[in-house]
Parts: sequence; structure tokens; C-alpha cells
Amino acid sequence: MIVGERKPLAEIAEMLEPFRKICVLGCGTCVTVCLSGGEKEAAETAAALSLLRKDVEITTHTLLRQCEYEYIDDYAKNMLECDVILSLACGVGVQTMATRLPEKIILPGLNTKFMGYPLEQGVWTENCLGCGDCVLDLTMGICPVTRCSKSMLNGPCGGSQYGKCEISKDVDCAWHLIYERLLKSGVLDRMEVIQPPKDWSASHHGGPRTIVREDVRLETGK
Amino acid sequence: MKPESKLEKVLSSGHFAVTGELGPPKSADVGTLKHHAEAMRNHVESYNITDNQTAIVRTSSIGVAAALIQMGLEPNVQMTVRDRNRICLQSDLLGAVSFGVRNFLCLQGDHAKFGNEPQSKNVFDLDSMQLLQAVRKLRDEGVFIGGEKLEHPLPRIFIGAVANPFADPFEYRPLRLAKKIAAGAQFIQTQCIFDLERFEKWMEKVRELGLHKKVYILGGVTPIKSIGAARYMQNNVSGMIVPDSLIERLKGAQDKKKEGLNIAVETIQRLKEIEGVAGVHVMAIAWEEVVPEIVERAGLYPRPKVE
Ligand code: SF4
Ligand code: SF4
Repeated sequence: MIVGERKPLAEIAEMLEPFRKICVLGCGTCVTVCLSGGEKEAAETAAALSLLRKDVEITTHTLLRQCEYEYIDDYAKNMLECDVILSLACGVGVQTMATRLPEKIILPGLNTKFMGYPLEQGVWTENCLGCGDCVLDLTMGICPVTRCSKSMLNGPCGGSQYGKCEISKDVDCAWHLIYERLLKSGVLDRMEVIQPPKDWSASHHGGPRTIVREDVRLETGK
Repeated sequence: MKPESKLEKVLSSGHFAVTGELGPPKSADVGTLKHHAEAMRNHVESYNITDNQTAIVRTSSIGVAAALIQMGLEPNVQMTVRDRNRICLQSDLLGAVSFGVRNFLCLQGDHAKFGNEPQSKNVFDLDSMQLLQAVRKLRDEGVFIGGEKLEHPLPRIFIGAVANPFADPFEYRPLRLAKKIAAGAQFIQTQCIFDLERFEKWMEKVRELGLHKKVYILGGVTPIKSIGAARYMQNNVSGMIVPDSLIERLKGAQDKKKEGLNIAVETIQRLKEIEGVAGVHVMAIAWEEVVPEIVERAGLYPRPKVE
């Protein structure tokens, strides 16, 4: 899922300063599950804002997904008058909203952090950078691009000690984990192969990436 | 092609080599650094020039290398993959070769988190293994990473890498060395050795794999100046092992600095006896003036003359 964290209230209040009619818009998918921007958080944010500002009208609403036109269109039909929408979706949702509703001002209420999963209740961790050329087959399900602090494809570096990464005693060394998993599975020889330089052009370095699937496109979209 | 690097000549003619290390300043004034370099002119074959070590902005290693070459000294230019992508790394290497650098040390580099620009973007386009391989291909095949050919072949450069016998997983470390050799490493400098027992265990495995015959291994030696410095390395530098016994020994000594030097000298003497160790790399950063004494007392002076 996409994991976000609500921006500090003071920062949100500052962004909303010029506006009087505010809609706090939750998103019902990833950020609901990671407890940062769902219906509950939208209500909490609205309540906190109304304590700070007496001169505003605040409504709340939550879409199943702010990252799909279908849901945005449904909402747009019944949208109440407002000067601004504080979106508690991730950056994808905020932008999809801003694209679909160009006449509206959409502000981000979250800091979109990463793609990851809940490690335990209340703890989320990043595990995929969307590099565009997945190598999890080589590393048996442990992403070196994301989880090695230096994105090494031929790790571990010399800073790996006692299973931990050099950046912090609280961070596992991804390559130590990979080593152990390969060893256990009898395929440690994979680590003898020199992995060539990665093709980062498949990654996020060259402008927005787009996928076109002719097999599922609608005639009208062409 | 005959070796052009003095370090390569010393090693290939079977001598026990000594390399030194210089840390560029946090300014453009390299006067002190040149002074340190001059002071060990007759005691080391060549000098590692660190590349923004621990991610602290300093004069570039290639800039300092130019100063050394003007002095008639030989630099080992360290290149980390932290701050430069493959375009810049390859271009910098060509630039350095163009004015006479012949020794390169390819390494990963400490994470930027540790330095004085912790908000910077870590590049890590390549990793150290890929850099090594790229440098070897530049030299041996005359091709860039992207596949294009160099317009002229490179002269013979001497390619180095680092190895850390003190990092984990320990069992993998000799295999990692083998991988670095396969990638192109001709000489290896190790992390500072304080735990000789562990180093010897690592060397045992290295010999078992026959790696000492394929690469020149220079043991890393750092004189410890104080108990504080030893404790700092013990607790704060990931991938180092400083045994308690060493700290106890320093505690028991009247003159800590002198004892630090004694330990360094003894370490070198033990390293000389280990089969497969081809030399030492003396890293006395911020204590450069003691290098001549260490080298002399370790019985490594005068240095061999090579043609
Ligand atoms: S290799 Fe790339 S796509 Fe696969 S998990 Fe890692 S970042 Fe994600
Ligand atoms: S310690 Fe491990 S995870 Fe951390 S940078 Fe080195 S190889 Fe990567």
C-alpha cells in the first residue's frame, strides 16, 4: 500500500489560512488502512481545524479512491460548495483530483511517504521503490534497491555488522537478510554473480512513467 | 603493457608494499596535506586520497592527486559511488588518467547521513562492484558502461578495491573478495586491523580459495592516538572491531600515544608473517607525522627502488 503521514496541523492550518469553506476529503483505500487519511482521520482533522479557526465552515467526505476518475466524478456530482479541498489522499490522489477538477483548489493534507506494509500494529516500513525492473527473483523476495541503504545490487557493503545496516542499529542490513535466505535455500552461489549496473531509466528518473495496455484500452480512449 | 604505477611495480616484483593515506581538507588550502605527503615521501609507495570521507565535503581526491603528481608523488585516487553517477565516475577517471593518475581504488562510500550534508541525495547509480568492473572494462576492453568505445585505449592503470574482514556476514567476506577479484580488483586494502585473530581467520579462508595468488592484499593499519579514539571506533564505526583487550592495553600504558604506535608496529610485524599479505596500508589520518616512524620501526625502511 501507499503509506502516508498526516502533515502537522500547524502546516495544514497555514495552507488553509486564506480559505473559509473547507472540505476535508478522506480516501478510502491505502491511507485508510495505514490510518493516515481515511474517514476517521478526515473527521479528526476537521475537528482539530475547527478548534483552531472559528471563522470557517468545514465539511468532510471520503471517496473510495481519489486516484480514479470514476470515484471523483461521483463525488463531483454531489460536491458541496467549498473554497478548497484538503485532500488526505496520497500524492497520487491529490493530483488525480487536481487533474479531474481543474477549477478546484486541492491541497495536500498528507506527506506521502512510501510503498510499504505494516510491520506490526502502528509500524509501517518501506519495501518497494517501484524501480521498474524488479530483481526480487534474484534476492528471494528481499528488495536490495529499497531496503539496502545504498541500493547495492552486489552487497553487502563493509558497514554491515551483526546483521544491521551501517546507518542505524535499528535497521536490518538487507544484504545480510538476503545472504541468510539464499544460504538456507542452497543458492548462495547467486551472490557470486556480478549483477551489472541497473537500468535506472526504467525507474523514476526520466519524467513520469506511463503504461499503455492496448489489450484493455477502450475504443474511445484511443 | 608494462606497469606504470610504482605501487604495481613494487608489488609485482615481490616486495612488501607500503601505502599511506591523506585526507583532503575542508578548504582549498592543501598546504598542510602537501607537507604531510612530503614527510612520508620516502616511506610509502603511494598515497590514497580519500573521496569526501564519511560523506564530509572536502577538496576532491582528484584535485589533490594533481597536487601530488606535481610533487612527483603517486596518488591512489579513491572513488566512491555515493556522489557520482556513471557518467561522472567514468569522466572523472578519464580526467585523472589524463594527468597521470594510475592507481584507482573503487569503493562504495559511507552513507551521506554521516557527513556534513546529511540532506543530500545519495547517488548510488552503481555499486562498488559495478564500478570496479566498469573501470576494468574501460581499461581492458576500451568500452564505457553504455557500450560505446573509447576513442583511444587507456594506459595501464592499477585497480584497487577494499575488503572488510570485520564486517558481517563473516563467512561471506572471502567470497565477496573473490567477487571483487572477478570484477577487476588487482590490489585490495583492508579495513583497519585491530583484531588480528579475526583477520587471520579471514586470511585462512582467502588462502583456501587461492585468492591471495590472484590479488595483492594490503592490510590496513591505523595507529590509535588515545583511548577515546579507540572507544569511538569500537562503538560508532559500523564494520570495525576494536577488541577490549586493546583498550585495556592502552589503559595500562603510561604514554598512550607511544603505546598506540607500538601496537601499530607490532600489527605490521605480524602481518608481514601472514602468508598472502602483500603489504600494508597505513592510515594515520590526523596523525600523519608518525608514519615514517611506524614504517621504520616495522622494518620496512628503506623502501625498495623500482624502475
Ligand atoms: S526491485 Fe524494484 S520493483 Fe522490485 S521490490 Fe525492489 S524497488 Fe520494487
Ligand atoms: S549495511 Fe547492508 S543494508 Fe546497509 S548499506 Fe550496507 S549492504 Fe546496504
